[in-house]
Amino acid sequence: MASSENVIQVDSQKIDLKNRTLAAFLAWLLPGAGHYYQGRHTKGSLYLVCIMTTWMLGFALGGGHVVYASWQPGDRRWHYILQAGVGAAALPALVQGNHMRKMTRNGTTVRGYEPMWGGFMAPPQRPVIEDHTDEVSAWYATYGAGYEMGTWYTMIAGLLNILVIYDAYSGPLSVPISGRKKDEKDEASGESPPKPEGSSRDAEQEPLANQLGDSSQ
Amino acid sequence: MISISPTYLMYYVPLIISISLVFGATRHEDTQTILSHAFYTARWITTFMAIIFVILLVINWML
Repeated sequence: MASSENVIQVDSQKIDLKNRTLAAFLAWLLPGAGHYYQGRHTKGSLYLVCIMTTWMLGFALGGGHVVYASWQPGDRRWHYILQAGVGAAALPALVQGNHMRKMTRNGTTVRGYEPMWGGFMAPPQRPVIEDHTDEVSAWYATYGAGYEMGTWYTMIAGLLNILVIYDAYSGPLSVPISGRKKDEKDEASGESPPKPEGSSRDAEQEPLANQLGDSSQ
Repeated sequence: MISISPTYLMYYVPLIISISLVFGATRHEDTQTILSHAFYTARWITTFMAIIFVILLVINWML
């Protein structure tokens, strides 16, 4: 049975957010999965297609080398923090990163190192030194702008999924402040534009519990 | 003029579609409203970037 605290109304539609924490976790694990759990299938599909397409496109543009976990001098891959926003798809990089960490001595990859899974999401061989010829510079040379754009695509996909996680946890964000000001001006001047059915004006979220409480008084 | 190939601008297309749709969907629940919001966002971002592009182009000509 749905808890009334987790039921909100947006765009004239009642949404049962169910277990918000679980929904947020699922949304992180696989974009759109949290929405599927909540029964919001259309949005779940939209998120899955948009975010995973962007992420995989970026991954392909960079030749499969843009997503890896490394925190070594000369190769602090802070991009991975954002890329990991897509959840499970980026997790193999953590396993590869840990494998590389164990196979590194004094900042240099030991002889006989073999990346797992054919090098899928494996960090570059160490040391990686800026402006020196190493595996990272070879990737840049091979894939050119694709490597840079691939990094951006995967980072943006991860960032977009943070918005999706919020949506799964709390429901849609409020309409932009600028839109509200415009509407307030219209109302003050008595020139309120006609509202389309299901418009953003009724997107003001209010738990149904509050509404029920008001009506019962 | 432009020092990069115009084909590089194609990188922009999948990004703007994806960003606009996700941005719209995180603000609405109704599909039609999501699409309207996505279209508005895409138009706004494209216009903003076009203005910046023209400004940079003019600065480039002046230098």
